[in-house]
Amino acid sequence: MAMAENERTEGGLLLSRVLSVLVILAGILFAAQLCVAAPAQPDHSHVSNIFDPHSGNAGILYRLGNFVLSITGLIFVVVFTLLVYVVVKFRSRAGDNGREPAQVYGSTQIELAWTVIPILIVVVLFLATARVIHAIEDAEQPTNAMEVTVIGHQFWWEYRYPALGVVTANELHIPVSDPAHPRPTFFKLLSADTDHSFWVPQLGGKTDLIPNRINKIWFSPQETGVFLGQCAQYCGTQHAKMLLRVSVDSTEDFDAWIRAQKLPAIQDEKEAAGRRVFETTACLNCHAVGGTNGTGRFGPDLTHLMSRQTIAAGAAENTPANLRLWIQNPDAIKFGSLMPAMKLSDADLDALVRYLETLK
Amino acid sequence: MSSDAMAIRTAEAAGRPWVEVLHEWVTTVDHKRLGIFYIVYALVFLVIGGIEAVIIRIQLMRPLNDFVTPQVFNRMFTMHGTTMIFFVAMPVLFGFANYLVPLMIGARDMAFPRLNAFSFWLMALGGFLLYFSFVGGSGLYGAGNAPDVGWWAYAPLTSRAFSPGHSTDYWTIALLVSGFGSIGTAINLIATILCMRCPGMTLGRMPLLAWLNLVMSGMVLITITPLSAAQIMLMVDRYLGGHFFDTQAGGSAALWMHFFWIFGHPEVYILILPCFAFMSEIIPVFSRKPIFGYPVMVGASVAIGFVSMSVWAHHMFSIGMSSYANAFFTITTLSVGVPTGIKIFNWLGTMWGGKIQFKTPMLFSIAFLFQFLIAGLTGIMLGSAAFNWQLTGSYFVVAHFHYVIVGGILFALFGAFYYWYPKITGKMLSETLGKLHFWLFFIGFHMTFDLMHIPGLLGMPRRIYTYEPGRGWDTWNLLVTIGAFVQSIATLVFVANLIISYFKGRDAGNDPWDAWTLEWSVSSPPPEYNFATIPTVASRRPLWDIKHPEDPDSRYE
Repeated sequence: MAMAENERTEGGLLLSRVLSVLVILAGILFAAQLCVAAPAQPDHSHVSNIFDPHSGNAGILYRLGNFVLSITGLIFVVVFTLLVYVVVKFRSRAGDNGREPAQVYGSTQIELAWTVIPILIVVVLFLATARVIHAIEDAEQPTNAMEVTVIGHQFWWEYRYPALGVVTANELHIPVSDPAHPRPTFFKLLSADTDHSFWVPQLGGKTDLIPNRINKIWFSPQETGVFLGQCAQYCGTQHAKMLLRVSVDSTEDFDAWIRAQKLPAIQDEKEAAGRRVFETTACLNCHAVGGTNGTGRFGPDLTHLMSRQTIAAGAAENTPANLRLWIQNPDAIKFGSLMPAMKLSDADLDALVRYLETLK
Repeated sequence: MSSDAMAIRTAEAAGRPWVEVLHEWVTTVDHKRLGIFYIVYALVFLVIGGIEAVIIRIQLMRPLNDFVTPQVFNRMFTMHGTTMIFFVAMPVLFGFANYLVPLMIGARDMAFPRLNAFSFWLMALGGFLLYFSFVGGSGLYGAGNAPDVGWWAYAPLTSRAFSPGHSTDYWTIALLVSGFGSIGTAINLIATILCMRCPGMTLGRMPLLAWLNLVMSGMVLITITPLSAAQIMLMVDRYLGGHFFDTQAGGSAALWMHFFWIFGHPEVYILILPCFAFMSEIIPVFSRKPIFGYPVMVGASVAIGFVSMSVWAHHMFSIGMSSYANAFFTITTLSVGVPTGIKIFNWLGTMWGGKIQFKTPMLFSIAFLFQFLIAGLTGIMLGSAAFNWQLTGSYFVVAHFHYVIVGGILFALFGAFYYWYPKITGKMLSETLGKLHFWLFFIGFHMTFDLMHIPGLLGMPRRIYTYEPGRGWDTWNLLVTIGAFVQSIATLVFVANLIISYFKGRDAGNDPWDAWTLEWSVSSPPPEYNFATIPTVASRRPLWDIKHPEDPDSRYE
């Protein structure tokens, strides 16, 4: 009776084992790829799969990842097979003679074997990893590299192009790096307040932005397009809505973008009323607009606000309605952000939004 | 007159007032009662931490959900992590160690019974302080002021500039106080294991459970100390104008990370070693064979203890350490896989050639082997520093460490509950409910934590309270949440089993599993002071020797 119950349980055990393995293998190894299989055009704006790299450096990590996955996959298959074999072969059976099995205390040879083989595997994995660490971390910065300083803030990103005199926020533009004529972008990562982490899965691994510390990484993107990323180190209330996007531009598009960003803010006299609101309220304590007396640095630079597709670090589309809501009640879009509700009259608010819309 | 006094005393013994019983329990210094205290205390916090997990999962069930606010979500994951590590895993393992170690080494109590009681009450106070933050965290504003800095509380988020009020202080003091309790227990276990073994029980004949708890206690002494030091430094920063971690005044955020993870990573092994101990007792008994390669198992345990002290910065591969540091922590981390692999193979070697009985404790143990294997392999992926840059801080790492903590530690613990509950209460747990519990939990676990790896690979960071639709994360998160509910139901079955079996369970007798270590030689539950006469042993399996006088172990060891 008891034995029969054991048999049943074991059948179920095996079935469930097989199912879970399928799920795990299918999941970890393939599902990631399946998720990005469909798109006909390279639109990356909704995907951030680490198994779909689009830069030279992310490609190096991807190849290492595949190598580690295949070795660990192999180990899994071997040990799992062994486990299933043991469980099936050495189960207690009905009609057993009831005697204890042979009492075996160990075997030096076999234990030595399963000590030495793992050591060899560890050495191989270490060498493969050390090579990649060196290739990424100790890479020399080429003279033609683009330089960008990324500063993490609660809860948005500031980008500075020191050689070009451009400052922008949240939506990063970098030039594509043709493998034939590489032009990587080298980043200096800083933080204005707490720890953050800069992660654009398809362009590279994450690196933290830590106050009082300078970190460096580089990207060599090989395809144009928009790539998504976000803060990957818990940084406070709105860690979730500290998104970023990277636009990898062709050289011409990038140069055009830089030229546009270098221009001072557009001065449209029709919207002087809105500009006056900006210059006479608390806006300018935190925000800068080139050519006005607003030079604040706590919040994003707004000189070319309308060149960005999103506001509030990707929390909302950059539309007039969202801009108005953001100024009136930031908590409605991003609860806990450091942008205060501005408490403007409707007329001032409308004027201000119209003014901001001119900042192309 | 004397006969009257006798009569009164008898009446008292039959139905003593509950106050007296309570007083006896609260003031107890008996290792078994304290062990039960630890275990029950941990079970209460397991339910609380579980509820927090379910709140997290409901919030993430679909994109842009507004079940809780971001602040509440951040408190939930902070409290969930802190609770599960410090007030569930640590106490429940200390509870089993307290209960079992003296019984298994033939001692009548721990070396320092009063220190033992003191340690428990310190830990209990720590848990109380942590949860008191809900009402006391920022004045008496009511619920909603619990710590929200994450369970590793990275600087400078914990500085007063970013964390005003007192919620972080409650977190700090709770960990400091319970940390002293842990140190007390570690000292006690070391002294007990080294000095209180019964005649004949040399270190080489000690049950592996005692060995593993010895290594674990040594690690507690080494690692809780820097954690406590860091908590004091944080208090100095917050209230006495220190600048250890205050980056705005030249302090170092990375310093906190080093302090925390020199505790934090060995902590994982502090939790898993006692679970290895359960496995090393349960697997042999249900395979009907002695443990395979006892000396190597001891060596591997000590090796894990040593190596795990040098791997902490693998939690910090993304903070921009030099390539040499990253390479160093890669090799140390990967090399933990060697002794751990030895353990898995030796358990398989124990089962090889045995007659495996699929009782509930063994089901949990087999599932442990399977899941711990996968957890180890994803650990190797994370240990490769360069691959880690993509994986860390994402849901992949969350899935990985839950695979260790739930798939490994919790499964081993459930096995231990089914195995030793008869000894502790004198009643068998129901096998029917046990198997239902096992299968439900097994299915729920795999649904949740197998699938949780995937959003991580698709770029979903951990600790985000919400996400946009259309990132390819939605379906996975929904399935993960459903799995969490299946696990919750399974846990309710377990709790029901504990309660029902206590009142209605079959009597266990001294030795329901036909086992071989000393705790099964005494009654269930064991009498006060355990052994009427201190036993003398001649091998690692004293009860085998008694049951098989024609072929005792002592002949071969």
